[in-house]
Amino acid sequence: MTALLEVEGLVKHFPIRKGLLRRVVGQVRAVDGVSFTIQKGETLALVGESGCGKTTTARCILRALTPTEGKIKFNIGDASVDLARLKRRELRRLRRHMQMVFQDPYSSLNPRMVVGEIIGEPLLINGMTDRTQRRKRVTELMEMVQLPAAYLNRFPHAFSGGQRQRIGIARALALSPELIVADEPVSALDVSVQAQILNLMLDLQDRLKLTYLFVAHDLSVVKHVSDRVAVMYVGRIVELAETEALYTRPLHPYTEALLSAAPTPVPDAVSTRIILEREIADPANPPPGCAFHPRCRYAIARCAQQVPALEEVEPGRWAACLRARELSLRGIGVEAT
Amino acid sequence: MAEPILSVRNLETQFFGPEGVVRAVDGVDFDVFEGRTLGVVGESGCGKSVTARSILRIVERPGRVVGGQILLRPADGGAPVDLLKLPEAEMRSVRGGEIALIFQEPMASFSQYYTVGNQIIEAIRLHMHLDKRAARARAIELLDMAGVPQPSRRIDEYPFQLSGGLRQRVMIAMALACDPRVLIADEPTTALDVTTQAQILDLLRELQAKRGLALILITHDMGVIAEMANDVVVMYLGRAVESGSVKEIFGAPRHPYTRALLRSIPTVLAKPRTRLSTIAGSIPHPFNRPKGCPYHPRCSEIIGTVCETAEPPPIGDASREVRCFLVGGRP
Repeated sequence: MTALLEVEGLVKHFPIRKGLLRRVVGQVRAVDGVSFTIQKGETLALVGESGCGKTTTARCILRALTPTEGKIKFNIGDASVDLARLKRRELRRLRRHMQMVFQDPYSSLNPRMVVGEIIGEPLLINGMTDRTQRRKRVTELMEMVQLPAAYLNRFPHAFSGGQRQRIGIARALALSPELIVADEPVSALDVSVQAQILNLMLDLQDRLKLTYLFVAHDLSVVKHVSDRVAVMYVGRIVELAETEALYTRPLHPYTEALLSAAPTPVPDAVSTRIILEREIADPANPPPGCAFHPRCRYAIARCAQQVPALEEVEPGRWAACLRARELSLRGIGVEAT
Repeated sequence: MAEPILSVRNLETQFFGPEGVVRAVDGVDFDVFEGRTLGVVGESGCGKSVTARSILRIVERPGRVVGGQILLRPADGGAPVDLLKLPEAEMRSVRGGEIALIFQEPMASFSQYYTVGNQIIEAIRLHMHLDKRAARARAIELLDMAGVPQPSRRIDEYPFQLSGGLRQRVMIAMALACDPRVLIADEPTTALDVTTQAQILDLLRELQAKRGLALILITHDMGVIAEMANDVVVMYLGRAVESGSVKEIFGAPRHPYTRALLRSIPTVLAKPRTRLSTIAGSIPHPFNRPKGCPYHPRCSEIIGTVCETAEPPPIGDASREVRCFLVGGRP
């Protein structure tokens, strides 16, 4: 397998300004040294709670934000480019290879454009000026996301949330990108519709050999779509592993707590939940040492002094915890089927 | 089983708009018992929140409760009172006094211009005859009970100074200010992160055990229902399509919608990269409510024309009820 994307030491700080002179009085360390790779054709999920930096990471990769530090190597064809350093004009050429699917299908579609125009816009911008050619491609895309081609001239308001998300996906696919960054693509949808969109994303991936970076907070959704999972906490990846391994035998105490907090639709499931105390650390003022240590039930004195690095604890399994090798943490069993 | 504290019978709430009448709640029955949790579950537009608002008679215009009964059994064990027939002045002491409500978005439910203390103290003084100092002491005690750290400092803060989890704790403290017997929680954890959600659910369970609260938990999340509820009502387009104990609903669901819903939820127990089973189509717009059984256009077990033309009647009693011709009631 080859890596499509290699992120190394990604940092994004947002300055906090105060006073009349807008002097910088501090930094929100939204992303603070994140590294991972995504192989061609795989789905890497980025999970974490609000404020953990997952969306900022995704936006840096697409260069909707300019990273403060770090490398984002994108391997396309035989070439390898560092997205973090590219200029605007060079970026534009590359953007067709990476597209985004947004969370809210209600605000991410222009209400004044009909579906055909919305899906066809990226084609037009990238030089497909011939009308009939464009229409043909749009119809093809609509068929791909299972939208009747008869809806071509309807406005977004005529569609349900699930259909709008299909339009968003069709638009993202218009230029045949390699990488799709999906930021919470199903969290605004009802359960019965959520399942349809998740299945569609899995089918499209198989059919078009797409690579996904799937940003989400919902561990059950992530379980259904991803090959590997990276768990983020206060701007850093605390654990990265293959999905099954991470769920059944987590190596980081935060992953363990997150898994145990996820409600399962099984009544009387033995409730041995770990209730984390206190709140998520403030990325503008993170605690010294490991950011998780004030809430960690396994914390030792050293955790308050030393920032743990993300290390390969076992082959293919990375964790940023000083005690990763000695702890034996509880995961979630596989359903008997 | 003991007598229910609150019984809802054949509740109907409609919205009278210029484009027509929306039957937001269209025949809902359930009972709520002391110390037990009733879970009301359904997708958007199913009428679960309007049901909660109907119980407290705070449905916003142009909505109106048009039928049914909401029977509240008084604390002294007297005959049940129909809240829908109560004069507004008496209803006001029921709200917050007997039945309290907590909302999904705690930020939108507080005034931004007053400290949280101010708002809790106001609620306390409206219902109880306490002077300012005693009410403040009571408010601090409530915040402490709801797990707000440093309550004597937090009481003087404004809602925007608190995190989402803390705001929800303050909301719970305020709801419990007057010792209600019934607490309605409308999506209390939907806006929160999972670890915070676990904290809040834990708090609700603990408070219920301590005070014998009857809890009505409204949510779209089957996981939360499985974990919290004793009894469950499943709603679809304004109707209670199925109700029963949590074991019956999850172990032996009888309505095709309940079955399909349970199959379509993603779970942490699934094998990676497994496709989910889906429900065809999407929830109809309330103005295009299908004739007959409202679920029939999406139903995979449709019997035939009967589902398209007739509305299935409720089969069973309030503790285990199903509305589906597969179960019975065919004309």
